[in-house]
Amino acid sequence: MKTDKRFEILRTGVAIGVALLIGFIVTCLVSEAPLKAFGYFLRGPFTTTRRFAAFLEAAIPLTFSGLAISLVFSAGQFNLGAEGQFFIGAVAATAAGIYLDLPPVIHTLVCLLAGIAAGAVAGFIPGILKAKWNASELVSSLMLNYVFLKLGMYLVTYHMRDQSVGALVSLPLKETSLLTQFIPNTRIHTGVFILLITVLFCYYYLFRTSQGYEVRMTGQNIEFARYSGIPVLSVILSVQVLAGAIAGLGGAVEMLGIYKRFQWLASPGYGFDGVIVATLAKNNPALVPVTALFLAYLRVGADVMAIYSDVSAEMVAIIQAVIILLVTAEAFLSGYRRRMLLREVKQSASAS
Amino acid sequence: MEGGKESQREGPILLMEGITKIYPNGLVANSNVTFEVREGEIHALVGENGAGKTTLMKVLFGLEKHDAGNIFVKGEQVNITSPRQAIGHGIGMVHQHFMLAPSLTVAENIVLGQEPRKGIWFDQKKAAETCIDLGKKYGLEVDPYAKIADVPVGVKQRVEILKALLRGSEILVLDEPTAVLTPQETVELFAALKALKEGGHTIIFISHKLAEVKEISDRVTVMRSGRVVGTRNTEEISIRDLSNMMVGRDVELELPRPKVSAEDRREVRLLVKDLKYVRDNKDVLKDINLQVKSGEIVGIAGIEGNGQAELVEILTGLCECHEGTIQICGEDATEKKPGEIRELGLSHIPQDRMTFGVAAEASVAENLISTRYNKPPISNGFLLNLKAIFATCLDLIKKFEIKANAPKQPVNTLSGGNIQKVVVAREFSTDPEVIIANQPTRGIDIGASESIHKYLVNATENGAAVLLISADLSEVMGLSNRLLVMYEGRIVAHFPDAEAVTEEELGLYMLGVKHQELDEIVASLMGEAG
Repeated sequence: MKTDKRFEILRTGVAIGVALLIGFIVTCLVSEAPLKAFGYFLRGPFTTTRRFAAFLEAAIPLTFSGLAISLVFSAGQFNLGAEGQFFIGAVAATAAGIYLDLPPVIHTLVCLLAGIAAGAVAGFIPGILKAKWNASELVSSLMLNYVFLKLGMYLVTYHMRDQSVGALVSLPLKETSLLTQFIPNTRIHTGVFILLITVLFCYYYLFRTSQGYEVRMTGQNIEFARYSGIPVLSVILSVQVLAGAIAGLGGAVEMLGIYKRFQWLASPGYGFDGVIVATLAKNNPALVPVTALFLAYLRVGADVMAIYSDVSAEMVAIIQAVIILLVTAEAFLSGYRRRMLLREVKQSASAS
Repeated sequence: MEGGKESQREGPILLMEGITKIYPNGLVANSNVTFEVREGEIHALVGENGAGKTTLMKVLFGLEKHDAGNIFVKGEQVNITSPRQAIGHGIGMVHQHFMLAPSLTVAENIVLGQEPRKGIWFDQKKAAETCIDLGKKYGLEVDPYAKIADVPVGVKQRVEILKALLRGSEILVLDEPTAVLTPQETVELFAALKALKEGGHTIIFISHKLAEVKEISDRVTVMRSGRVVGTRNTEEISIRDLSNMMVGRDVELELPRPKVSAEDRREVRLLVKDLKYVRDNKDVLKDINLQVKSGEIVGIAGIEGNGQAELVEILTGLCECHEGTIQICGEDATEKKPGEIRELGLSHIPQDRMTFGVAAEASVAENLISTRYNKPPISNGFLLNLKAIFATCLDLIKKFEIKANAPKQPVNTLSGGNIQKVVVAREFSTDPEVIIANQPTRGIDIGASESIHKYLVNATENGAAVLLISADLSEVMGLSNRLLVMYEGRIVAHFPDAEAVTEEELGLYMLGVKHQELDEIVASLMGEAG
């Protein structure tokens, strides 16, 4: 067992190493000054306070969507709806932020609740379709992403748009609704604390509650869960609602923490990034912030590199892809693991 | 072994030397195994399940790659990495689960891959002739035009053997060939194997039924936990010594039947009336009536696939579409879901433990609590109590002698027998009123089977009502107080006294040769109730 854990860490480390190497090779191919460019990439987030803050800010929405995805994946449900849930959560929070008149803290809480509710509804649809008619949640959640994107854009364009501004943005959110940015010269906001609570909640929910146990067993072996008397259909439904609520909360927090108006013209892609984050974290909510930080680091590093060198930020997509591929590929380094095991067996054989 | 052409005839036809095989999950299935087979013998390979017999044969047949060791066929070292190469070296294998195309005829299956042709067309007639010739030659006659889907298991097995023979197999490996056969079919198989041996074929016979080994084999090799314990001439060793070699200690060969006096067997715990289940316009189950009272084991004998699996699924709530009524402890359970049925006091040892019995990658602890994860002391209804889980699991591991290092260990790193013990520990430790045990010891070692039988009998003597479904006749006959026989979805016989029935008689009912009348069965069942 110890061998296994050490092996997993080693494997992830090697995967990252290989990915960076490939990234470097690509950089060499396209860049006049590859060493310098790659240096910017690796050190980017640490070069200025502003960039370091950007790195932390980027990790917040990634963690929210990573948590949502890790919950549904734990239940064996390939619901990729976090994208749409995050978006519609942000739209709902915007609406509440623009139109409601409430005292400061309460206004923020109501906006967050609006995001949670919108996300939960968005998660409920593929969940109920699956539980009632066994419709593939993969297909329905992916399709619904478009529905929520267009619905959100419609609401912003026709009902919340600020006519006095040239660009397509919503009316400004009321000051009372915003999350406080509490570190000067950065956009790091009090949403961080909401995030930490959510991480703890997800971890405890999944590993310390009876319901979380139901979720994990349903994901591990649904036949076994049914046989044991776990109400699998309601588990499948409720976990998708819960995950939707968390993704929606993520959208609301991002909106209220970073922006003053709704100004997304397309879906920001955090939902799909959540899949990367959750996969690297092996669906463990406690690891999700770590992998979210890692991904955010890559992203910010790539942006810095793109500014200061002749290599574009998309290079990071290659590195991401290689890491995901190697971490999820069961057979990667399995030969090494076999040799490790073989050695152990021989030792124990000669010892006995 | 020494090489030279002269000595080749005297050397073994097959030598596997120092074979080591480790599965990716770290399970050491074979550890430095040396296995030698002489030409023209029937060599039994015995051992508890999980001892590594099947793995060794999979290595031989190129289905698994070994990590160390060499294989010699007729004195020459060979490198076998696929079944195709194994066949090329004259090795044929009949698997436990047949690998036949059900929609094709017997002849088509036999010639598959080397079909006789007439021009560009498949020559049906020639194929049939080939089959008939082959069948006559080896005393394994089959109807070449019958569809595989329509023929009984015994015939399917013959087809597999013929298939191997047609491909020129000199060494024939049979993996637990009698597990699926009735006593009558077994007799026929043994006659055929003896004829094959006369014809110069070498046969490797994998089994854990020692009486059969004693009857059919010339020599026997015993494996235990991935190693070879020894090879003996079958004549020179007793069944008791063989089983001791297998288990590594003395075993109880007689099965203990629960002894509960008739007065104490009053309360009807499980009652099934006129149960009917139709699938694809076919009656999968019809006229099922039965009752099980506290303190007795009622056995259901029958060849697999005669409706037993469906009956269990319906009784446990896993399958809902049926007619008729089911009562558990006097309460109607007809429309209830698995969880609700468990609430009524039912426990279920499923036939397929890796699909239903456990979540393979989850820990032993997680598997042990799956039926009580929301009840005290494991949970207060919302939060899990990790301490209570740990304590409960340690207790169960100890009480049911599960060989696990820690409650956190993934269940799929345990042996088959210990996985089954995890299932049994979970199902028996909730004080069940009714236990449905479907093939409770299938594919697990003697040691574990013995303990499971013990737990089953203990639970019965403590007042549980047990319905035991098993294809293993010695098990179902040895443990049950009363016996039922299922054939084609119906109960065709009821024996109020299981001790008074012979294996041969049961076989006739299982094959559908004999059957009792429905009224007679119901009357005798109700008489029991009286």
